[in-house]
Amino acid sequence: MKTNDVMLQTATKVVIFIILLFAVHIFFTGHYTPGGGFVGGLLTASAIVLLMLAFDLDTVKKILPLNYVAMVAVGLLIALGTAGASIVFDVPFFTHAYDYFDLPLFGKTSLHSAALFDLGVYLVVVGVTMTIIQTIGEDE
Amino acid sequence: MIIISISVGVIFSVVTALGLIRLPDVYTRTHAASKSATLGVLGILTGTFLHFLLIEDHFNPQLIIAIAFLFITSPVSGHLIGRAAYMSGTELAKETVRDDMKILRKKTEDPK
Repeated sequence: MKTNDVMLQTATKVVIFIILLFAVHIFFTGHYTPGGGFVGGLLTASAIVLLMLAFDLDTVKKILPLNYVAMVAVGLLIALGTAGASIVFDVPFFTHAYDYFDLPLFGKTSLHSAALFDLGVYLVVVGVTMTIIQTIGEDE
Repeated sequence: MIIISISVGVIFSVVTALGLIRLPDVYTRTHAASKSATLGVLGILTGTFLHFLLIEDHFNPQLIIAIAFLFITSPVSGHLIGRAAYMSGTELAKETVRDDMKILRKKTEDPK
């Protein structure tokens, strides 16, 4: 019998935006509320897995032509660079700096260098999860 | 208001559990689970949202997003579970009167 995935695909098209927005939100609010890089990465990976369930592996590869192994490398480099930038300022390793800036759109916001470290964690988590799932899924 | 919505949610969740025990068939059970469990969880979430809004003076948009999300995804999951059960050839209950998809099922069992 021909399978008919219209309901799953239509629901996926609506729901995936909610999941991705929630992942970005939980990534940026990790400093004051529960959340952070790890949970945001897992949520993003789950959104991509939902796309893979509703459509094909090849379709998702055509939509998101990302090299996930390179993504892990970039995430590790960002995290190490954030930790290693403390050498330049003559402070102990992994010392984070924060300051208040007047951005044109947001007004007075506090920017913290731990967010960059979190971005590295986020990229590593997404890359590792998607690499595992793709290698398992492509075994035929 | 808060008490009413949370009580309705809890009552519908209890009805869901009873339906899972008492109904005879996979399809009737998925019917009970997808419908009344969704309404129960939505009632509980609206109750918590109203509680935080009226008593704690704190507007929590995540609860609204969760309500919309469950309202979209839960019926789809119920439909997919029932469909997968039908495709794998689960037997229907004894009280079944009509089975309109029987023709398709016969075609899959012995294709000509």
